[in-house]
Amino acid sequence: MLNKTNALIYLLAFSSGFSIMGIELLGGRILAPFFGSSVHIWGSIITVFMLSLSFGYLLGGKLSIKQPSLTKYGLIFLVASVMVLPIALFAEPIMAFIFSHIEDSRYGSLIASTALFFIPTIILGMISPYSVRLLVTDSEHSGQVAGGLYFVSTLGSALGTIITSFYMVLAFDVNTIIIGFASFIGCLGLLAIVVDSIAKKEPVYA
Amino acid sequence: MRNYFHLIAVLALFASAPTMADIIHKERSLYRNILVEENGDLRCLKFDEKTRKSSQSCMYISKPKELVFNYTKLTFASLLMIENPKNVLIIGLGGGTLSNVIHELYPDAAIENVEIDPAVIKVARDYFDFIETDNVTAKVQDGRIFIKRAAIKKAQYDWIILDAFNGDYIPEHLLTKEFFTEIKSVLAPGGIVAANTFSSSKLYQHESATYHAVFGDFINVTTEKNSNRIILAGFKNAPSQQIMAKRAEQLSPLLSPYNIDIKAISQGMKSTHDNQDWPKDTKVLTDQYSPANLLNF
Repeated sequence: MLNKTNALIYLLAFSSGFSIMGIELLGGRILAPFFGSSVHIWGSIITVFMLSLSFGYLLGGKLSIKQPSLTKYGLIFLVASVMVLPIALFAEPIMAFIFSHIEDSRYGSLIASTALFFIPTIILGMISPYSVRLLVTDSEHSGQVAGGLYFVSTLGSALGTIITSFYMVLAFDVNTIIIGFASFIGCLGLLAIVVDSIAKKEPVYA
Repeated sequence: MRNYFHLIAVLALFASAPTMADIIHKERSLYRNILVEENGDLRCLKFDEKTRKSSQSCMYISKPKELVFNYTKLTFASLLMIENPKNVLIIGLGGGTLSNVIHELYPDAAIENVEIDPAVIKVARDYFDFIETDNVTAKVQDGRIFIKRAAIKKAQYDWIILDAFNGDYIPEHLLTKEFFTEIKSVLAPGGIVAANTFSSSKLYQHESATYHAVFGDFINVTTEKNSNRIILAGFKNAPSQQIMAKRAEQLSPLLSPYNIDIKAISQGMKSTHDNQDWPKDTKVLTDQYSPANLLNF
């Protein structure tokens, strides 16, 4: 059972990496109608993603100290799922408001990407350190476990980037893809919670 | 020995091929490589060394007035649809050729050029005699942002020229239903939109469907020998054949110094009203769905 749980954690870490980069990539598309497609747009987006990931790592690490569990891990995914949704639902009015108040498209795009991506990316950033906590059993293997996790989640990021930009934008609307990512993360979070509750019941039958 | 002859023949061919163009200016801007090339009497602005089609703007050094590119000439079909433009907006400066000709034709018209790349404006000034006056200005801004701000200020233009696409790359946010709707909101009553577009590739259909969704029926201006097309859109009622013929007659002497044969161009104008050449179910490009570059194969 433990191995299956570990596989699930790796799968979830992979999926969060996939979704983060998929969403980041769509950020350029979302901001362009209001702030253009110049290089500073990417400056804004990448800055906000890096900043919120860094905060996410801190928070996730902190959260992992107190009675870590697969259920709490799944809850992070559920919260992230809910926080991603406003990108699809409210991007338009949020950007229109910022556009009408800030003339300079550099700061406009920076504020807009903060408004849209800061919170969901913080939550998604919490996943990595929390995964390490759930997987590490002894300090001797902690580096190896962390390495494996970085591998899996960064591989997910690479695939999320290429699949979103090469294929998904050709097949779906931007909002459809965003909602797809939100549902995907949400389902995985639920799966983790369900698996955890089954695992907790199991000893009773053993 | 025979082989040597072949080799010599091939070498000779290379030597006699059109003389290599001289690069008289080269710079890397925020967006691209910018080259100014001279080949005999022809001076061209290019964005890439390798592809030949990538000339953005050219002029004859000895006859700077004469237009070189067909699509630039086709743009003047707009003048058959409107009378004396007073407020002109050009998105995408290139060498500033369009702006210069329009300024010479209508010295009182206000012309606003919008160009995202400051280096292009500089090159237009330095190498292509781009004219700037109190009336003729160039602003560094993304076209989409400019139009959005213009709409807030309730600006109105009677001739809007979209020329922001180069052969290799399309700014995708400038080819969506929402963008065209914003353009429409700054189009003065009786005004016209002229867009330099793609006439080959799958994008043709999506582009046509998108223009049609916003502006209704439009006019395609093409010539047989060239792959360019200009879309004329945003007009309410197209003037009658007689009025257009009369205008062509009046414009002909004014435009001929620029090597624009307006009468011939008027023959290549086709309304989509009786000539809808794209499938009805073609997907309209929107801010949500705009993979224009992926469709442009």
